[in-house]
Amino acid sequence: MLKYLLRKEFKQLFRNPFIPKMLLGFPLMVLLVLPWAASYEIKNLNLSIVDNDHSTYSRKLTEKIISSGYFRLTDESSSFKQALKSIEKNKSDIILEIPPHFEKDLINGQGTKLMIAPNAVNGMKAGVGMSYVASIIGDFNTEIIQDLALSTPAVNSSVPSIQIDSQFKFNPHLNYRVYMVPALIVLILTLLCGFLPGVSIVMEKEIGTMEQINVSPVPKGSFILAKLIPFWIIGFFVLSVGELIAWIVYGLVPAGHYYTIYLFASVYVLTVSGLGLVISNYAQTMQQAMFIVFFFMLIFIMLSGLYTPIESMPNWAQWIAAFNPLKHFMVVMRSVFLKGSNLVDLSKEMFALIGFAMFFNSWAIFSYRKINN
Amino acid sequence: MKQLLSFVRKEFYHIFRDKTTMMILLGIPIIQMILFGFALTTEVKNTQIVVLAPTYDDATERIVNKLNNSTYFDVVGRITNKDEIENSFRSGKAKLVVVFEDRFGEKFRHEGKGRIQLIADATDPNAATTFSFYASNIINDYQRSMMGTTKNPYIISPEVKMLYNPQMIGAYNFVPGVLGMIIILICAMMTSIAIVREKEKGTMEVLLVSPMKPIYSILSKITPYFVLSCINFASIILLSIFVLKVPVTGSFSALIFISLLYIFVSLALGLLISTLTDSQLAAMLISGMGLMMPVLLLSGMIFPIESMPVWLQVISNIVPARWYIEAVKAIMIQGLGFASVWKDMTILAFMAFVLIIVSLKKFKVRLE
Repeated sequence: MLKYLLRKEFKQLFRNPFIPKMLLGFPLMVLLVLPWAASYEIKNLNLSIVDNDHSTYSRKLTEKIISSGYFRLTDESSSFKQALKSIEKNKSDIILEIPPHFEKDLINGQGTKLMIAPNAVNGMKAGVGMSYVASIIGDFNTEIIQDLALSTPAVNSSVPSIQIDSQFKFNPHLNYRVYMVPALIVLILTLLCGFLPGVSIVMEKEIGTMEQINVSPVPKGSFILAKLIPFWIIGFFVLSVGELIAWIVYGLVPAGHYYTIYLFASVYVLTVSGLGLVISNYAQTMQQAMFIVFFFMLIFIMLSGLYTPIESMPNWAQWIAAFNPLKHFMVVMRSVFLKGSNLVDLSKEMFALIGFAMFFNSWAIFSYRKINN
Repeated sequence: MKQLLSFVRKEFYHIFRDKTTMMILLGIPIIQMILFGFALTTEVKNTQIVVLAPTYDDATERIVNKLNNSTYFDVVGRITNKDEIENSFRSGKAKLVVVFEDRFGEKFRHEGKGRIQLIADATDPNAATTFSFYASNIINDYQRSMMGTTKNPYIISPEVKMLYNPQMIGAYNFVPGVLGMIIILICAMMTSIAIVREKEKGTMEVLLVSPMKPIYSILSKITPYFVLSCINFASIILLSIFVLKVPVTGSFSALIFISLLYIFVSLALGLLISTLTDSQLAAMLISGMGLMMPVLLLSGMIFPIESMPVWLQVISNIVPARWYIEAVKAIMIQGLGFASVWKDMTILAFMAFVLIIVSLKKFKVRLE
């Protein structure tokens, strides 16, 4: 029975000439183009400097910031107001204002203040830019103190100091692409294996072929299973294409094992496809099904930690995220690709995904009715 | 004209009689706006820290407490062995491991020197740089407080002023983007099946043998969806002002004008997809799935366009959401008006024009 049903499903899927084209074209388009967009280069922040001091120190500081390689000096204004104009025109991202008597105050040991004003319309950019400027200023300050301490030795000897070394593990070059490629593979897999099942049953309802299944002795379970298996195979195919591109184009191979990825993917695809089938069972038209799948997909994507940290979300949103299968699989892919995590490290995610898969697929079987009402 | 009106009426009946679909179309943007508006933030909060200190003493304890008490960090565990570092990263327990050197407190007190190593999980490079920076700041604070009266007089203290969004509210960053994304996706998905559905159902033939000009059928298809989209836009913008508390600081009329333009572009885009495809399935997959990725990643909603490679910046020019989001940011957050968004408006108007012309050209007046 299942054999014939499967043959029917495959024929139905691939008779639409658009589907095979999309199964190959979509991953290629997304993985070849979008990782370049997602590379968060923080190297070219545009800096506007308001130097009210025009001293050796203020010039030294400006030079130090520019030579760090993270900033481009795009604007030198004579007042903060004028610098603000350059932000409004999108000419600069961050303003650094050096106060008058900057050098004099420092040498006299009165301490001095600087103003850093990033354009916070993009929060992440502002945060990163601000921390770069601040740490360069910190370095500059240490140099100055050492300089001055030579002339007044009394200052330095009594000051206790903590030496802080920062080390970036797993992604030492801070390459954003490495972080995004595994995530994009997850997205492709989710969209394809969510949208297609989402319409597969309701399409038969609209075309009318559903009637034929309903009058046949096909058991509910077999029907759903026959709907699931093609997407499962498609999922493996798409995942492999994605990994191949990651390797050939970006030289990215998992630090962990491929089998961990495939094991998780096999459960994950069942979860999303199961959800799609549930929606398809309830929807009356393809349009409805599409919109509801779209609704869930977008929520899954936005609340997955794709680019905003889950820990920073409010509590209730973290709870939603905990029931988001995409979030779990995203964690898995990134951990296996970058950190080399294994099944034991990720057992929590495994249990969660198995739970979701069972829940959605039982629901899909349960909600499939052979009677039209 | 009368002809056009009766066709518009037909399309209205078509859509407004299907109550379930209507509810879905009007409900989706509301729920998504609330969810994303409240949940999304790029701020670093509650980052999980694991502490490794061979000896726990007073100084270590104080620094750990200081870290734990800040909103940025949660100390979730303590380990004593270097081998456990790897494990806490791999299982996702820690994002940052703070390693104190052996006998840190003693050395700090007697020799005035201590060493702390911050090992960050840099899989997310931006988060890693940000929270490492916060952690070193907190440690430096402690160090400064220990100096007590022998305060170092040569300190430069940077003051930070976050422009336009001083409290760093996540909604300010995401509302314009989410607005642009929801409108274009829903509009395009709605109209993308408008023509192809008639092709599939066979009613296209009736339409084609009627004396209607193609431009009239296209306009009458767009009209009811335009009304629906305006309702959607109104509900989203009211939500963001009153529920998410993101005020429109700039010109309100500019915002409405450009939004109507943008809605029209999005609907026209869906219509073009509809004339180009042969099945509802293909039309909806292209408009839903195919558009979602470029809109998410190439619109400047999350990733700033200026930091993309040049060839991608060129590609991003054809994403309508890019221009709309840019304009909404300028109007809502930066408080600017018509004068500063005329470029975006011109581009969107041009896009609308091109899309309608191409749809008309591709609108086949004969069945295959």
